[in-house]
Amino acid sequence: MKYLTEYRDPKLARTLVRRIQAVATRRWTLMEVCGGQTHTIVRQGINEVLSDVVEMIHGPGCPVCVTPLEQIDRALHLAGREDVIFTSFGDMLRVPGSECDLFQVRARGGDVRIVYSPLDAVELARRNPDREVVFFAVGFETTAPANAMAVWRARELGVDNFSVLVSHVTVPPAMTAILDAPDNRVQGFLAAGHVCTIMGWTEYEPLASRYRVPIVVTGFEPLDILEGIWMTVRQLEEGRHEVENQYVRSVRREGNTPAQELVEGVFQVVDRGWRGIGVIPSSGLGLRPEFAAQDAEKKFALDGIRAAEPAACLAGDVLRGRIKPFECPAFGRQCTPERPLGAPMVSTEGACAAYHNFGRFRQEAAAGGD
Amino acid sequence: MAAFTEGGRSLASGAVCPAPRNDQERVQLGHGSGGKMSARLLEERFLPRFGNRHLSPLGDGAVVPVSGEEIVISTDSFVVSPLEFPGGNIGHLAVHGTVNDLAMMGADPTYLSAGFILEEGLSFEVLDRILDAMTEAADAAGVAVVTGDTKVVDRGKADGMFINTTGVGMLHAGFRPNPQGVCPGDAVVVSGPIGRHGMAIMAVREGFAFDAEIRSDSANLAPVVAALRRDLGGAVHCLRDATRGGLASALNEIASASGVGMELEDGRVPVPEPVAGACEMLGLDPLYVANEGVLVAMVAAEVAQKAVDILRNHPVAAEAAVIGTVVESHPGMVVLLTGVGGTRVVDTLPGDQLPRIC
Amino acid sequence: MCLGIPGRITEIRDDAGLPVGVVDFGGVRREVCLAYVADEISVGDYAIVHVGFALSRVDEAEAHRTYEILREMGELEELEFLKEAADAAASVEAPSGDGGPS
Repeated sequence: MKYLTEYRDPKLARTLVRRIQAVATRRWTLMEVCGGQTHTIVRQGINEVLSDVVEMIHGPGCPVCVTPLEQIDRALHLAGREDVIFTSFGDMLRVPGSECDLFQVRARGGDVRIVYSPLDAVELARRNPDREVVFFAVGFETTAPANAMAVWRARELGVDNFSVLVSHVTVPPAMTAILDAPDNRVQGFLAAGHVCTIMGWTEYEPLASRYRVPIVVTGFEPLDILEGIWMTVRQLEEGRHEVENQYVRSVRREGNTPAQELVEGVFQVVDRGWRGIGVIPSSGLGLRPEFAAQDAEKKFALDGIRAAEPAACLAGDVLRGRIKPFECPAFGRQCTPERPLGAPMVSTEGACAAYHNFGRFRQEAAAGGD
Repeated sequence: MAAFTEGGRSLASGAVCPAPRNDQERVQLGHGSGGKMSARLLEERFLPRFGNRHLSPLGDGAVVPVSGEEIVISTDSFVVSPLEFPGGNIGHLAVHGTVNDLAMMGADPTYLSAGFILEEGLSFEVLDRILDAMTEAADAAGVAVVTGDTKVVDRGKADGMFINTTGVGMLHAGFRPNPQGVCPGDAVVVSGPIGRHGMAIMAVREGFAFDAEIRSDSANLAPVVAALRRDLGGAVHCLRDATRGGLASALNEIASASGVGMELEDGRVPVPEPVAGACEMLGLDPLYVANEGVLVAMVAAEVAQKAVDILRNHPVAAEAAVIGTVVESHPGMVVLLTGVGGTRVVDTLPGDQLPRIC
Repeated sequence: MCLGIPGRITEIRDDAGLPVGVVDFGGVRREVCLAYVADEISVGDYAIVHVGFALSRVDEAEAHRTYEILREMGELEELEFLKEAADAAASVEAPSGDGGPS
């Protein structure tokens, strides 16, 4: 597939690996804040191959994993209602709430359906005027324009049986929180290529200069990740801390202006809780008051549904990159993708699941010591 | 913390993860996916009640003695929706699925039974097309449907139609492919490109259109097994058809039943471009997508090329390829060597693979 | 938030005021909303698509340019590697000794 498979070329990948090893004079600690990049890194064994010169810490880049427990519980409540068709992206269905997950609600008779695009949910509402259709609008800035368009379109077409349960989060406040932490070890970042396709990279420039960390906007295929790592390490070796763009085929400095405009017209910045981490101020998006009719939280009076997250939690440590998944005592034992204790084990982009599904072998081999 | 004292688990360090364990008291869709949930369902609820020495090996079928001969019995139920899809219909699956299970055990399929559960309101036109497909497939496979049953249930209770077929077949002396025969050094061979059936179904459900249409690969694999048996005999150590749960599940089942490890090479597993495209779009891994006309074979290393040549003589296996090796290390685990030079574990999934947005 | 893949635009039309198109991903085609790239996209262009929306037009010139740089890097590396291997072999083939490969 054009513009995709050529970025998986093994020969060029090994060239980049050698380049990174050649330019590094010491071991550097980098973080990616994007589930898709985590997926590629662990699936390809990139961190294994570079382990002597780069330590990759996996940041909270999986929107599925960071959706607050409270929002999950609200989703479960809505999905259990007889008058509701609850629609969602696939990866949300196995995320555990306080008592169960969407699959279990479905087993008990709830009408829960997976959609590929939020516009499919609007279409479903159009074709089922006697039911309420709710769409679980999660994601980072990459998905916000799509969700915004669904809300806008529903209003425009007069589809008044459609609403969204919003749980959007944004990346820069999370990176700031990580950089502000007193025990932060991250020296450079790979910025998420599709988040930046929408937002551009101007928001990252003040971060790079204030905290003196290089930030490289990076794509998702193995060659992209390796090139992004190479560019970051090169900056670190040269003592620079700038924002650079590796993902030139998709990202421009100003981002996608029409997308930003519609997101701004439909959403507003709010404080958001990140599961396992806590509230990060101004790190989320919520619907503007003029879209109250499309806001499931207002339509269905969900205020009464609250969930408390524990103050101390290892899933949070993994999400913040403080510990590696296999350093959690439950990893692979009480907590597996099949019986997850926490959200990072559920989504295949979660660091724990990625390690369990892809990387477990290396840890076991290392422990076994052949 | 009150929300977490019931069901919350305390870890060694005293911290509690945000989500309590979900105890499952009901059947979920994931239990039918062929992954870990399916395996657990069998182990915890079915085997303790039905366990016996014929069932325990949990092969594609069971070998049972009848009047001094050994025959193989296998059963399978077909619940696919939609009933008709590019490349076939539920009738084709119902014949090919059971015929293939018998063939994977080394048997020549001879007789089938067919039980039908029809939904009130199913059109006769559709029913006829499906029955015609079954007749055609059975004739081509040289099997006879010798007994059957038909029931009708209320509207809404059967997705159009459910079919169960049970088959019997005769074993050949000296040909008993099974996981116990797999040895380190064996070649892992796949008979064809993967992911076609699962993506054909998903395409109908999701509304994709195709340039090069993704068609289900539903096919009778007994002739290619017979060819392997005739030319290679006991050098064919194990066979399995890769159905629900995909190639990954079939390989894992064999690895854990035989106690060997496997190493696959990225890039050697054939995936048709449209299947790859559809999988990329949804974030699915072709290794886990269902097939209905693909088998994996573990054969002695010295006959690997010959096995591929034999397979490639048949249209259903024209793209057969060696995709890896059986190894002594990491017993029970299937590992993929990545293009970058790293390794990844190819494990079974807990339930169905889910489309993702990340 | 990241699963966006490149596909080729094969058709562009209007759906009650919303620009939509058909995108081809290696032989699989699906309808995609083009509202966010409407001003810069034409049939035959490639776009990055996420959850049924085109987010950007693939800048093919940039893609080719940077890929070429990578490829040349790869070829240079290959030449260096071959040269190193040749040098190493030459130093092993010392004039004295029994000769013959081990």
